[in-house]
Amino acid sequence: MRKIDPDTNRFRKIVRGKIRENLKQYVSQGELLARQGKKVVSVPLPQIDIPNFRFGDSQQGGVGMGDGEVGEPIGEEQGPPGAEAGDQPGEHVIEVDVSLEELAEILGEELELPRIEPRGTASVKVEKDRYTGINRNGPESLRHFRRTFKAALRRQIASGSYDPKKPKVIPVREDRRYRSWNTKQVPQSNAVIIYMMDVSGSMGNEQKDIVRIESFWLDTWLQSQYENIETRYIIHDAQAKLVDAHTFFHVRESGGTKISSAYNLAKELIQKEFSPVEWNIYPFHFSDGDNWGGDDTAQCIRLLQEDLIPASNVFCYGQVKSAYGSGQFIKDLREGVGQDDKVLVSEINSRDEILPSIKTFLGKGC
Amino acid sequence: MLRNRELTPEIEEWRQIIRQHAVDCGLDFFEVLYELVDYDEMNMIASYGGFPVRYPHWRWGMQFEELQKQYSYGLAKIYELVINNDPCYAYLMRCNPLVDQKLVMAHVYGHSDFFKNNCWFAHTNRKMVDTISNHAVRIRRHIDDHGQDAVEEFIDVCLSLENLIDPHLPYFAAGEKQSEESLDLARNEAQGVRFATKPYMEEFVNPAKVLAREKEAILNKIDESENLPEEPEKDVLNFLLHHGQLRRWQRDVLSIIREEAYYFAPQGMTKIMNEGWASYWHSNMMTRSILDASELIDYADHHSGTLGSSPGVLNPYKVGIELFRDIKMRWDTGRHGKDWESCEDVHGKKDWDRDEDLGLKKIYEVRSTHNDITFIDEFLTEEFCDQHKMFTYKFDRQAGKYILDGRDFSSIKLAFLDQLSNCGRPRIQVQDGNYGNRGELLLKHIWSGTPLKLDYASRTLENLYKLWGRPVFLETIIEGKSKVLSFNGSAHDEKSSA
Repeated sequence: MRKIDPDTNRFRKIVRGKIRENLKQYVSQGELLARQGKKVVSVPLPQIDIPNFRFGDSQQGGVGMGDGEVGEPIGEEQGPPGAEAGDQPGEHVIEVDVSLEELAEILGEELELPRIEPRGTASVKVEKDRYTGINRNGPESLRHFRRTFKAALRRQIASGSYDPKKPKVIPVREDRRYRSWNTKQVPQSNAVIIYMMDVSGSMGNEQKDIVRIESFWLDTWLQSQYENIETRYIIHDAQAKLVDAHTFFHVRESGGTKISSAYNLAKELIQKEFSPVEWNIYPFHFSDGDNWGGDDTAQCIRLLQEDLIPASNVFCYGQVKSAYGSGQFIKDLREGVGQDDKVLVSEINSRDEILPSIKTFLGKGC
Repeated sequence: MLRNRELTPEIEEWRQIIRQHAVDCGLDFFEVLYELVDYDEMNMIASYGGFPVRYPHWRWGMQFEELQKQYSYGLAKIYELVINNDPCYAYLMRCNPLVDQKLVMAHVYGHSDFFKNNCWFAHTNRKMVDTISNHAVRIRRHIDDHGQDAVEEFIDVCLSLENLIDPHLPYFAAGEKQSEESLDLARNEAQGVRFATKPYMEEFVNPAKVLAREKEAILNKIDESENLPEEPEKDVLNFLLHHGQLRRWQRDVLSIIREEAYYFAPQGMTKIMNEGWASYWHSNMMTRSILDASELIDYADHHSGTLGSSPGVLNPYKVGIELFRDIKMRWDTGRHGKDWESCEDVHGKKDWDRDEDLGLKKIYEVRSTHNDITFIDEFLTEEFCDQHKMFTYKFDRQAGKYILDGRDFSSIKLAFLDQLSNCGRPRIQVQDGNYGNRGELLLKHIWSGTPLKLDYASRTLENLYKLWGRPVFLETIIEGKSKVLSFNGSAHDEKSSA
């Protein structure tokens, strides 16, 4: 612990506030994805400063040194030259590294997401109060005896009223010290996220970007809720395939669409690797709503009802609007399994609707 | 974590050598205590403005993160850090090579000498390290009582007005008190004009009624002159401290911010001189006696790095050191005074040398008595401007660029002084503490030709309101017209002033 850490934390708190204010913009621009490092995201923020009376319009003249003829431009790259250079806010953006966990917290606060209560006996989230600090104020029941007397002794020695031959130490109100506490949450649980996406020809780049942005935030939030999280990616057109994250977001197939193929693969995956007793399971499916035929949709509904929904915490379907998609599937889903409260569907017509969609998916807290 | 900050034996040996050289050069400094620190300690101390302990505040954290980032990307590195205190504290970066340590130590002795002898530092607190940690304790106590959010928010408010102080005040404080006393005296002695007369005529020549009336008139006059403040007050913080609607802890916080602002003010007023002086001596000592031949290249690299200037930016180190060198040369050769100035013989001027050898004495005198403004005002010469290719620039709206405006000496000097006056900040004073007889506060921006940044001004007014507790007004000039900006707690307003 460095001496400056508390100050840094205060600063981060302000930064968090700023990110929260602009969360919608950050989400819809997808700007943060490109800035993602291993554990941190570098967030561009407008300069945070304290206002004071200062000269406006940095476009005042000044004095410089160096070669040049009258009328020639100077110091082109540095912006405004002079002693005040870089001192003008709005011209400069600071970048702050924010951990994914913090980002999740911000998202949670802004969308008022409930903390997830995981299933299973082995997965209890523990809330613990820990007495970690000392404060000058507090309830008498928390008075720290030794520290109080230490403070009293120190005061008496300093003021010269302490006599080592007659070591009498009498604390006064000023000397009292109290224990203070922090509440810590310790997550203890496993979860798996299964992303499924339609990669048929009708899903264009814009649609995939939306899915990518949304999945980034879903990941971020779920990661903050579970100790141990796994992610699987399934793409499908008429056939389904298990792929890695990069392929998932970049591959482009053509051909028809058979959603049941993906659901089948997800079902197998769960059976093989992720027993619902031990795992919290989150299947997310994104498509533009086209399916190959009524038969396949019926099969999908059956798969959902019999296998996927019972195994999962929630089943989420996000329908991204595309120029070609008919958007039929969401209607079928609502009809087929809509009454089940474990099924969450949302329509994402544009980037601005990503945030509400996240809220729909995660807002139930299970 | 406390690591050993003692100097290594090698550096310690050099410290003694360099100290002796500094003494031999005639420098008269506070003893300097060097500490060896890692880069993150260095960044931490730098974020705290050079002090090991400060009150809790987010802006230290912000500065720290920025410094850490700059350092880790190799963009910037802090070389020297020295505190005006008796003894002086200075920090050396553990990972620097020996030649850098030598350079920094030599440089720091220059600063320490400057702190001790420059008259603008004469009134600064020389036990500031202790004082500032006491401030930290006081503010921590307020935080315990009122919560961190409340205290930190209030500190933000105070910092917003931090630069509204009067750096010349320490030199006049005594005189001001007297004027208040003399006012009381005048009040006690007030009486009507009494004509000399015989006792039996007294009643008729000096009637009691008339005398009483005259006395009242005089008292009224005194009271009338007793505006709040009597004279426009430049120390706005002090005025708020005494007349603002503040709670006790808030008053204490404000007084802390004000005290620290006064401590740091002379450093802003003497940036060019201070850095120039320190660079002058490090260059002098390094090249004459300290440098090992093998270190020459590295030294030259770092020295020129510090003094280098990119086009359009005035580097205070560069201007300072060159001016000191110029002064020394001029007083060594006698190139000053009436003879020199009235001489019109070009060749005569070129070879002018009267062997006065007063240069060293002169620069020591200059370092004691000047600040940046008087320094530039008195010693910037046309020859110097030519030699160092100084110019003025302006913003060309059509091209959207800064362009070189000219190399005329008088406009260079004017622009330079303008840039330095009040440390490049607008001058603002309390004009009326009972504005409109409604207990409202009127500040006045002393116009110097440059308009205020308006969005900042209105946000600052909001903060001022928090300290004053009643509507606040600021008189300034916007687009050539005299205006009064105001904030009444909920809304901003802008009016033409009468």
